[in-house]
Amino acid sequence: MSVHENRVGENQAGENRGGARMRLGLWLPLAIFAALIALFVHGLLRPADTSVASAFVGNPLPQFDLPAANSERPGLATAAFHSGKPRLLNIFASWCVPCAAESPQLAQLAQSGAVIEGIAIQDKPQDLARFLANNGNPYAAIGKDDDRKVQLEIGSSGVPETFIIDGRGVIRYQHIGDIRPEDVPMLLAKLKEAGA
Amino acid sequence: MKHKSAFALAATLALVLSAPVALPVLAQEGAPSAPYAYRQLPDPDQEARAKALMVTLRCVMCQSQSIADSDAPIAGDMRSEVRTRIAAGEDPEHIRQWLIQRYGDYVSFTPQVKPITWPLFAAPVAILLLAGLLLRGRFGKGTRT
Repeated sequence: MSVHENRVGENQAGENRGGARMRLGLWLPLAIFAALIALFVHGLLRPADTSVASAFVGNPLPQFDLPAANSERPGLATAAFHSGKPRLLNIFASWCVPCAAESPQLAQLAQSGAVIEGIAIQDKPQDLARFLANNGNPYAAIGKDDDRKVQLEIGSSGVPETFIIDGRGVIRYQHIGDIRPEDVPMLLAKLKEAGA
Repeated sequence: MKHKSAFALAATLALVLSAPVALPVLAQEGAPSAPYAYRQLPDPDQEARAKALMVTLRCVMCQSQSIADSDAPIAGDMRSEVRTRIAAGEDPEHIRQWLIQRYGDYVSFTPQVKPITWPLFAAPVAILLLAGLLLRGRFGKGTRT
């Protein structure tokens, strides 16, 4: 059966080479068009992800020594992350609405034993005091980063963002945006992983 | 009567003039305090070099604008970082690499030569070669017959 078909194919091949080329010429543009439509539909249906992930995860934290953002907590320096215990580094600001939204989750993380260090971006001491009074203060220390020096150094592109730093000061994970209730177990697991 | 309308005019003027001052407060964001966010470098050569680099760097917040165009607070801080480094004598491409190490290739509008981007640079050459071959085919045939 297949041998017979092959022979027929061979016979026709010589005579129909021009025809086959024409058929290809007819169908190829349509195939390219269909492929493009498929690509566009895929692009349209895929949810847009406009967050810029840090390319700096896996690197040690840069050297910094930030002054205290207000009188309630001390400032924050790189040395704090070399204690052997993994920590969360929360980048936030009192003017940032999602930062207030994630405060119950930060409180829950702190209750579960996570040490949370904070960096306040372009904040005023009195604004920060009001923010902490309203939303709770889960931070061990809060550094003041007015020019976003440290934020740029670690490839963070906005507030809030939460980094997991292991006990040797190496950035292990970056969480972009506010921490939702469903993110808490995942972050605790990552924190545990960073401690091992 | 005349006095009243003059007062109304003054009140309107005051309102219009104060509007731009009130807006940043409503925007709920801290204004960039970085020294060179909205200030040019004193040396025009350095400023020109900084500007040339800044128009090719993406603002990570409003992502289709360069940091030179964007009014996002983080863009101001990125401008200040770039200008400070240029003033310190750092090479612009070195600053670009510093940012790419932190934000990935996405932060640079100028594509980098990497294994994944070689078609970008090879395609024009390939298309020119193909066009040359096609043209030679056409015109070569024409002169022979």
